[in-house]
Amino acid sequence: MKFKLVLIAGMTAFLAACASTPPQTTTEAPTQEPPRTTRTETPGPVDQGPVPGTEAHFVATAGDRVFYDLDRSTLTSAGRETLRRQADWLNAYQGVNILIAGNCDERGTREYNLALGARRANAARDYLVSLGVSPSRIQTVSYGKERPSCRESGERCWSLNRNATTMISGGVTG
Amino acid sequence: MTHIFRLLSVLLLLAVPSVALAQQPLQVDIARGHLEPTPIAIPDFITAGGTDTRGADIAGVIAADLESSGLFTTVDPRAFIENIQDFNLRPRFQDWRVINADALLIGQVTRQSDGRLLVGFRLWDTRLQEQMVGLQFVTAPENWRRVAHRVADAVYERLTGESGYFDTRVIYVSEGVGPRGEPVRRLAMMDQDGANPSFLTDRSYWSLLPNYSPSNQQITYVSFLDGQATTYVYDLESGRQEALFASGGTGLARVDPDGQSLSARFSPDGEQLAVSIELQAGHDIHLFDLRSRNLRRLTEHPADDVEPSFSPEGDQIVFSSSRSGGSQLYVIPVNGGDAQRVSFGAGRYTAPVWSPRGDLIAFVKQHNGQFSLGVLDAGGSGEERILYQGYYVDTPAWSPNGRVILFTRGDRGRDGTEYEIWSVDLAGFNLQRMPITGQSSDPAWSPLIE
Repeated sequence: MKFKLVLIAGMTAFLAACASTPPQTTTEAPTQEPPRTTRTETPGPVDQGPVPGTEAHFVATAGDRVFYDLDRSTLTSAGRETLRRQADWLNAYQGVNILIAGNCDERGTREYNLALGARRANAARDYLVSLGVSPSRIQTVSYGKERPSCRESGERCWSLNRNATTMISGGVTG
Repeated sequence: MTHIFRLLSVLLLLAVPSVALAQQPLQVDIARGHLEPTPIAIPDFITAGGTDTRGADIAGVIAADLESSGLFTTVDPRAFIENIQDFNLRPRFQDWRVINADALLIGQVTRQSDGRLLVGFRLWDTRLQEQMVGLQFVTAPENWRRVAHRVADAVYERLTGESGYFDTRVIYVSEGVGPRGEPVRRLAMMDQDGANPSFLTDRSYWSLLPNYSPSNQQITYVSFLDGQATTYVYDLESGRQEALFASGGTGLARVDPDGQSLSARFSPDGEQLAVSIELQAGHDIHLFDLRSRNLRRLTEHPADDVEPSFSPEGDQIVFSSSRSGGSQLYVIPVNGGDAQRVSFGAGRYTAPVWSPRGDLIAFVKQHNGQFSLGVLDAGGSGEERILYQGYYVDTPAWSPNGRVILFTRGDRGRDGTEYEIWSVDLAGFNLQRMPITGQSSDPAWSPLIE
């Protein structure tokens, strides 16, 4: 059973995953202007390391994505290793729910890749469940080839785009 | 949403008496016509009453339609000798023979007292000096492009012996990138020649893989409105849309979704959808009856069965499946029976679409890093013909007469693959890019509009 996705959470994670342009920019507020309402972004916080229980903490300690071979949805040994760390983390932060998105490289038809992406997400989910993560905490979705984290045309990017990416979808606890 | 109108009258014009000559009438060979396109002269349509009747615009649209088929070439108007002023007089055929116009299309536009346009035409065989076809249409002035397409269809049909495809529309996916770098996929619609583009869905969710109903009134497509790929039925007249599956059984199928549902194609009678639905064990082809809302599972295999398409008789469905390893194409009877493999060449076969004539199945093949668009024998002989080969191909869509295929063509770009819609004819000739601004994919070709 799947549920409606928290799109905002997914989009934020996607942007974070891109890592090329952070969405916020730091701007100093002008100091010599006459008093009036100015509108600038609040300066970003100083990095103190990820707060435990947050998505950043999850990514730093467990790793948020597992990779698949070309046209495959079976887990690699490296993938299983990552998922074991994810399961440890999720078992430590029981209040956290996740969304696993299956992704594909762009070298296949659109519908074929939507199906393949679902298999990849499901393979990751099933392994987490086998490690004790409750299935009620996990949603899955396939983005097929529609949401590549790496955009160049070439095997380096394609291999990065063949993945299942785990995102925190709600219920974050400290 | 769509502005459907009826052409109010279609009248056969009385044939003008002709001189009988013992010669073959003009005929365009649809399979070989591209080798030597038939020269046709299309003077601006005569303005018989009123002003601003779009006589020149109508002739221009007809000329562009016919040239786009690759079967015709229009004679340069600067070469014209006779300046035809009276639509009802026989032309001076010698004037058209000397400039090598095998066919001559003359037309006349009259603005009637009620404001509507009366558009008449006569197609002449200049060698036999005979009228081949003459029709007239009455329509509101804003529908002048559609009348032009109807004339082009009539000319195409008379000269090739096959129905035309110019008075049709194409729905496709407009691809873009949003302000924050997010992918945007919107459904858009245009006339077959690229005119009158408009969006059907907004940018807040992805819309993919549209398909037309045979009645032209509805489409199916894959929407991410609910967060994951879900089949939707969209009414073009009202803009109303309904999900096949929705949580709580509130969708058309009245059952809870188990996973995603993908592209759906209508049966030829418009009463059923063939659609791939994700179950616990993978994707399987299902039939959904739009009236009874009954959902029936057609394939049952641990491998993914996706991309279903009905035969024109409605008795069989072709789909792609990885059941034998790499993706191949299979045909299964709708009323029970085993799936038979129909693709046998080297490579992975996907995206099968049955031709309107029934004898061929269009497909996409991936082999050695190249993609091909091809057609294969629906009978299962394994015989196939490649129509286009390139960096990326997806989603073939047949013209209503089965002579032209639209497809998504991808080429290596700076920021990943760049997608455009192209067309190619059944002989693999006349490769052309559709005039769409920005990236586009997933063409769906409408039936001939009544």
